[in-house]
Amino acid sequence: MSEVLLQVEGLKKSFGGVVATDDVALDVRLDEIHAIIGPNGAGKTTLITQLFGEQLPDAGHVFFKGNDITRLALHKRASIGLARSFQITSVFMDFSVLDNVALAVQAHEGHSFKFWKAATTEFLLRENAMKALAQVGLDGRASNMASELSHGERRQLEIAMALATNPVFLLLDEPMAGMGAEESALMVKLLKGLKKDRAILLVEHDMNAVFELADRISVLVYGKLIATGTPDEIRNNSEVREAYLGEA
Amino acid sequence: MSVQEVPKNLKPHLQAPSLFGFGQGKLVTILIMALLFMLPMIAWWMGNKFYLDFSVRIICLAIAAVSLNLILGFGGLVSFGHAAFIGIGAYAVGIPAYHGYESAWLHFPLAVGLAGLFALVTGAISLRTKGVYFIMITMAFAQMAYYFFLSLEEYGGDDGMTLWSRSDFGLINISDGLTFFLLCYSVLAICIYLTFRIVNSRFGMVLRGCNSNEPRMKALGYNTYLYRLTAYVISGAMCGLAGALIANLQDFITADTMTWTRSGELMFMVILGGAGSIFGPVFGAVAFLLIEEVLSAFTIYWALPFGILLILSVLFIKGGVNGLILRGWKS
Repeated sequence: MSEVLLQVEGLKKSFGGVVATDDVALDVRLDEIHAIIGPNGAGKTTLITQLFGEQLPDAGHVFFKGNDITRLALHKRASIGLARSFQITSVFMDFSVLDNVALAVQAHEGHSFKFWKAATTEFLLRENAMKALAQVGLDGRASNMASELSHGERRQLEIAMALATNPVFLLLDEPMAGMGAEESALMVKLLKGLKKDRAILLVEHDMNAVFELADRISVLVYGKLIATGTPDEIRNNSEVREAYLGEA
Repeated sequence: MSVQEVPKNLKPHLQAPSLFGFGQGKLVTILIMALLFMLPMIAWWMGNKFYLDFSVRIICLAIAAVSLNLILGFGGLVSFGHAAFIGIGAYAVGIPAYHGYESAWLHFPLAVGLAGLFALVTGAISLRTKGVYFIMITMAFAQMAYYFFLSLEEYGGDDGMTLWSRSDFGLINISDGLTFFLLCYSVLAICIYLTFRIVNSRFGMVLRGCNSNEPRMKALGYNTYLYRLTAYVISGAMCGLAGALIANLQDFITADTMTWTRSGELMFMVILGGAGSIFGPVFGAVAFLLIEEVLSAFTIYWALPFGILLILSVLFIKGGVNGLILRGWKS
């Protein structure tokens, strides 16, 4: 089995009396897509905000390549190889598509206290940005404003921006949200090509996509992980069917 | 990097930005900047000192507006305390001069340095807040600086202090109106060019990115606070320079140069001219002071029609004067 990149141990978080994350342990390995599914309100978002340091857990640890990153500052995470896309599309609307990605590339190239040379004339910045755009098939739209893109294209742009920092660990927060069937199919194809030399944690509602993409699936219900396994194991797990897939 | 190595699909995306913009707007911008240079010279040549001084006033405030535009227009930081930097720059000329130190090579670095330092200290605190709180806290710091200078009895207190002779540059003598005008115009040109370089650099992209979507910038790994603070310090230092020039222009320094209404005027110049455009604040300063001048010739109640005009311009002219120039020639 391949190397464990991200490991979560005993993670707990509660808001008042509500336990949103209840002793969660999971790992994500190199070359795999690990999906987290669960009904609305299961605590998926709370869980991943803790993985990315946007919220601190009450207890437990998050390890990346064996180092404890539970309390690592948000802006330091990109430089060690973590990147995420957002559930709500969050791009720079008044920037061109290429500039969006170039900003992401730039973030990975040391500090930006460079005041003189025009960033738009920097060959490597632009070339790497273009490569990331080409990976998601958006290179044809490079000079459009992000605000001119369709919803599906903005989701693609999100992923290009995450790829621009060349991360080893990629968190995709509902990449298919709000997409039509055609757009979703395109995205599934895209994501399949991305897992090589990477670990991907996928949070997604689109079950067809999840079962097609994921190497392993974890099911979260009321803040608790009730099962982890291959898509087939999850499909046949009676507890999961009862709690989440309803009848099936 | 030779030109041949650039792949074909990348070429259109590797263009250097243009200082004056593109198309017909470019011509108008150059024309206005040329007029701002020529008209005061003609006024001086015809022996009209008033219009020369008036032009220098426009130029000095344009420098302050350009500095504010860097953080307000490009950085999205609404500072309501920029007058403080003007005041600090002005007193950095007045106080040494009072003690007999008249060298401009002391005055100007001191003005830039102290304004930058004040920006560093107040910015470090202010930038921990957002939105309305940022506006209020920058204004509060500016008012603190205002009352500080107002209470300095030694330096005139609320009576102000007279600058008996202008800063001494050694080589050039800025007591001469035309020389002073040329100095101010050069400083403005340099500040515009600096802004142009900065906003298009990597740093500028980060600054604009923070304006567009700060949470996303943080997620990308940028320490947005540090970049914004740096921009704030650059802006403050530049505005201090404007203050040093204004002290020399007026030959008289009072804390009134740094009241909060002055901060508001600067904001208005930026917005009226076109926030986030290179030349917008210059157009804004020209328009603001011209309208003020014309209206006050008609009535002592000029502030009322002036206010109405400003409100209308903000409501109906998208992108300010700069936007008007770009659009007017497009359609």
